[in-house]
Formats: sequence, C-alpha cells, structure tokens
Amino acid sequence: MRRITRGLLALGLVTGGLWASTQGANQLEIFSWWTTGGEAAGLFKLYDLYREQHPGVEIINSVVAGGAGSNAKAVLKTRMLGGDPPDSFQVHMGRELIDTWVVTGFMEPIDFLYEEEGWTEVFPEGVLELLQFEGHYYSVPANIHRANVLWYNKPLFERLGLTPPRTFEEFFQVAEALKAEGITPLALGDSGIWASTHLFETVLIGVLGAEGYKGLWTGETDWNGPGVREALEVMSRMLDYVNSDHAARSWDQANDLVIQGQAGMTIMGDWVDADNLAKGFEDAGWAPAPGNAGIYDALSDTFGLPKNAPHRENVIDWLRLIGSKEGQEAFNPLKGSICARTDCDPSLFGPYLQWAMERWQEDTIVPSLAHGAAASEPWVAAINDVMTLFVTNRDVDQAQRLLAQACVDAGVCAR
Amino acid sequence: MRRKWAPVLLILPSAVLLLVFVYGFIAWTAWLSTTNFNDLFVRELKPVGLANYLRLFEHPRFQIDLKNTLTFSLIFIPGCLGLGLAGALLLNSGVRFEGVWRTVFLMPMALSFIVTGVVWRWMMNPSTGLNLLFERLGLGFLANGWYTDPAIGIKAVALAAVWQLSGYTMALYLAGLRAIPRELYEAAEVDGASGWEAFRRITLPLLTPVTLSAIIILGHISLKIFDLVVAIAGSNGGPGFSSDVPAVFMFQTTFQANRFADGSAISIVLLILVSFLVIPYLRWSLRQEVRE
Repeated sequence: MRRITRGLLALGLVTGGLWASTQGANQLEIFSWWTTGGEAAGLFKLYDLYREQHPGVEIINSVVAGGAGSNAKAVLKTRMLGGDPPDSFQVHMGRELIDTWVVTGFMEPIDFLYEEEGWTEVFPEGVLELLQFEGHYYSVPANIHRANVLWYNKPLFERLGLTPPRTFEEFFQVAEALKAEGITPLALGDSGIWASTHLFETVLIGVLGAEGYKGLWTGETDWNGPGVREALEVMSRMLDYVNSDHAARSWDQANDLVIQGQAGMTIMGDWVDADNLAKGFEDAGWAPAPGNAGIYDALSDTFGLPKNAPHRENVIDWLRLIGSKEGQEAFNPLKGSICARTDCDPSLFGPYLQWAMERWQEDTIVPSLAHGAAASEPWVAAINDVMTLFVTNRDVDQAQRLLAQACVDAGVCAR
Repeated sequence: MRRKWAPVLLILPSAVLLLVFVYGFIAWTAWLSTTNFNDLFVRELKPVGLANYLRLFEHPRFQIDLKNTLTFSLIFIPGCLGLGLAGALLLNSGVRFEGVWRTVFLMPMALSFIVTGVVWRWMMNPSTGLNLLFERLGLGFLANGWYTDPAIGIKAVALAAVWQLSGYTMALYLAGLRAIPRELYEAAEVDGASGWEAFRRITLPLLTPVTLSAIIILGHISLKIFDLVVAIAGSNGGPGFSSDVPAVFMFQTTFQANRFADGSAISIVLLILVSFLVIPYLRWSLRQEVRE
C-alpha cells in the first residue's frame, strides 16, 4: 500500500525540469537550493575541486530556487518517495535530516567514511551528536552557520554612546535610547515564514539557557512552564520596537535598515555578514544576541548518501571532499560560513567569521529551531504557525497552549 | 459496425486517462484524507475516519483561511463583474479607438498571477509604490499598510486580482452585449421605454447567462487562489495569516510539514467548495440545452 502511495505521490506532482536522466553515464547529481551569490559560488568551487580530483565524472547541478529550501524540499520529497533519489542532496543537520530521511529508512549509514577520514577527531562533539542516529552517522556537514547574532550599526551606536546589549534588560534600555532618537530599534523582516521563529529561538535561548533550551526538544523542559511564558513575554515586548513594515520585508531588506542607519539592530544569522560584504557595508558590529553569550546556536548544511543512489561511488568521493580540510576551506569563505572542522586556517576568513571560529571552539553548541536542527519538520511548521499568529495578536496564553500542543503532536511531550 | 465504434475508440484513450488521472486521484486523495498518513514514516496506512477533518476545522489557521476565502470572493467576484460590465457598456456605447481600449483592458489577463503578484507587491509596499504616490500628491491619509496590515491583508490581495481579471469579464460582457439583437431596443424605444428601463428589462436579463458563466469561472479561481497570495504576501500569508488561503495552507501542510493526510483533507474541502459552485451551474446549463 505504502509503495503505491509513494509512486502515486511522485506521479501526482509533475515538477518539471528535474527529470534529466541520471542513469547510466558516469555522473554525479547534486541536489540543492544554492542558487544565489556566495552560496552558488561556493558550490561551484566544490564542483571545480571535484572535477580536478575525478576527471571524467559529469556533475549535474540540480537546483531549485527558493528561500530556506521551501520549494526544493517539496521537489525532493516527491523524488525520494517516488524512488528516484538524486545522488546526494543538501539537508539541514539534526532533526530535519534524521526525522525526515533517516528514521524513514531512506539513507545509508556512512560510519566507514568517518573512520577512514578521522572525522570524529575534527568535528566538535556537539555536531557529532546531531549527525547521529542510534550510534550511526548519516551525513557530512559542509559548513556551520550561527543563528543567534545581534548585528548593529557601529557608527550609530558610537554617536549615541551605546554598547551592544548583553541582557534583555540592557536590550530594552538601548531600544528606548534609539527610539528617543527616532530610530527603529530592532529591524525585523518576517515576510519569510521562518524569521519570527528565528527571533523567538534566540529569545528562548536567552531566557532558558543552553540546557533549558535543549530540553525543549527532548521533553525535559516544560513547554507549559514559566520559562516559555517569560520568553513569549520578552518576545512580545521586543515586537514593540520593530519596524512597522516588517511583514513586507525579507531578512536582508531588514538588514538594509541597519545599513542605512534607519534601524539600530537586527537579530539574525551570520548570513548577514555575507549580505553586508556584498553591499559594501563595513561598519557593522556584532555580538551574541541578548542572553546568548557562550552559546552557539548552530545550523549546518550537510550531504548524505541516499539508499539506491544511482552513482554510489561518485557520491562517496563527493562526501570525502565535503568533509576534507581542502573542501571546507574552499567552500566556506565564499559561502560566508565557518568550517564544521575545527582545524581550518582562520586567515582565510574575514573578521566576523574569525570571531565566529573562535566562539565555535569554546561555546556550548545548541541546535537551531528555525533551521531544522532542533525539531522535526512538522514540528517546525507548527511553531511557525504559532509565531505567525503571535506576532499579530501577542496572545501569550494562546501561544503557550499551542506550543505545548505542538510538542505533544510531535510525539515528544506526553499528552 | 465500424462506423459505430469509431467515435468510441477515439474518445477511449482520453476517457481512460481522465478516469485514472483525475477521478482516480480524487478518489485516492479522498481516501488518504481519512488515513493516518501524517508523517513520512507511517509504515501502514490505517483509516482514522473523519478525525483529520475534525482537527482541521478546529485549527485556528484554517478558520482564518475560510474567512479569508469568503472575504476575497466577496470583493473579487462582484468587483470583476461590476468593473467588467461598466467597461463593456462604455465600449459598446461607441467610444473611439475601441480596439485599443479593448487591448488595454484585456492585457492584464495575459499576465500570470505570479507576475501580477510581484508588481502589486511593490505597488502596495508600505513605504514605496502607491503610498509614496499618495504622499507626493498630498493624499497621505490614503496611505496604509496594505498586505502588511492584519486588518486589510486579504482585501489588498483581492484588489490585485480584480485588476487582473476585470478585463476578462469585460470581454465576456462585450460579446454578450453584441449578441443582443438591435431590434429589441428599437421596439422598446417605440414603446416609449427610457434608456434605464431598456437596460434593466432587456440588457441585464439577456446578459444573465454571461454573468453566470463569469461567476463560475471567477468563483473557482477565488477558491483555489494560490500564486497571487504567495507572490504578494509571502509564504506565511501575512501577519497573523491575514492574507492566508486554504491552498497555501494545503501546500505547507503537505510538503513542509509532511502531513499528507491533513493536506488531502484540505484539498477535499476545497473540492467540495468548488463543487457547490459548479454542480448547480452544470445542472442549469444541461437544462438549458435540453430546452433548446
């Protein structure tokens, strides 16, 4: 019955453009949503390296555009369920990989690669934990992004004599000072479904701390407890200080407000650094989000080995390249992220990324919610829905009830 | 003998394809919507009755979506009909360069909803587009948040949809007007009917079939609208789902949350809503044909 369902699902959705033949010839099909700027440049750099090492293999670049992979994931699902997997595909480290593809039996364990390449020595413990399921490794991280960064306009802060806030109390003081000057304190761009969830996760970390936050995803921290309630209240207060047109902006358009000095701060991932560089803005300051010092809220793009991949040997070589020092040092400066490995050369990276590399060695690593590391896809979708409602109605009771319910629906919290 | 079977053979392939790929899949979706297929790793499909539907109708997002669909239809359908009829009457009254006007009004229809969406997204951006224009003209009080304002949301989207399809209803009405025999008006004039009376007693009744067809076409578009909403308000359907619609919810439920049974349930609800519209129309037009 299930097989028929899979087949029908695949047939039912003709997505077009992706039906290039992957059979037969000596090929390697890589599926991703890296289509723009630095991400595409980094990917092509990896392809170049791969071609050097393995001449004769034809690389098929299967990309589906769309922020955070929302479109690509739908296409990937129909292909996987329909028994037509790409050779390897981009997937977020953590629950997105494990719950969507490993538990369901679509992936092959790659412990042998970890042994041969000595990866257990070079990837940090917090990352190794997220790549495993029942003691086996299922994917190779290409990069690490940090989600909990507060970006601010340095000249503006200097002129007003402000310092980046370390706690929520300080945040609201700084926000008041900015507001008094007629400047939007916090830039938010939540026209994409994930941006308000992204802000909320940094607040959750700030209020609950690393252990308390991690406990949310294992059922050890109570969603009905005072911690989550406080986080919602802080979030609600923060929303008093955001730009009124936040629903019309994307995260990078929100960053434009900071660049132009119309807004003082924005809380976003470190892709803001790449955005600033691309826009020639060199006066950005950064700090951990309020209450987030010493905690690295991480997400990572990884690649794995699907069962029945048409060109298994080529994929294994691809994964070797992704995890190698050479590969990571080539890819990450272009992508604007840091190596998942701890032995990359810092001099290849800009000042922000050097700071991030330092923090990566020392901070406690926690998984990002909005970017698929902390919770399964259905759970993230449910939380996105709650936050979309919350941003408008600020109903703390309703939001907490719905969040607790989402944990129950995800099968993590007891009824 | 051969003669008799030829038409059947001709229709058979498409009939079979239709049976499998339309009705077969509808049946399959209906069945899925009553199972537990709400995760990728459901090993065995089990029937759960109407549980998915019950949960769906309790879902705050779906309740907002249904309300939004209603609001959208109430602006979109009358808006297109009104503007279309007005345009057709003006053109029919003997305006100069009719061909040019017809093209101008019909042009938006040649665009896809996604293009319209992108254009209107910028026109209705809170800090640029129309708002900027209003300000420059000293009409600042007209400026508002458009699709970013939870109170307006779906109405702003409906506005863009009216812009896109009122040219189409205009074309329909124009064809309808041209089909009315001139003699009727001449007779009315002889009987001493005023222009308004002629319009009310001759034009409107004879345009009823056009209006009905237009309502059916616009109605099913407004129930299934997806791309326009995504292009204008983004994938999360605006703040507080103020411009979210069932089709967007269906897409996210199915392909982002992997809840295939819930997604199927939304699709079936949509299908039922559309059939409320289409079935009476089919009955009506069948009866017309029989009469003729």
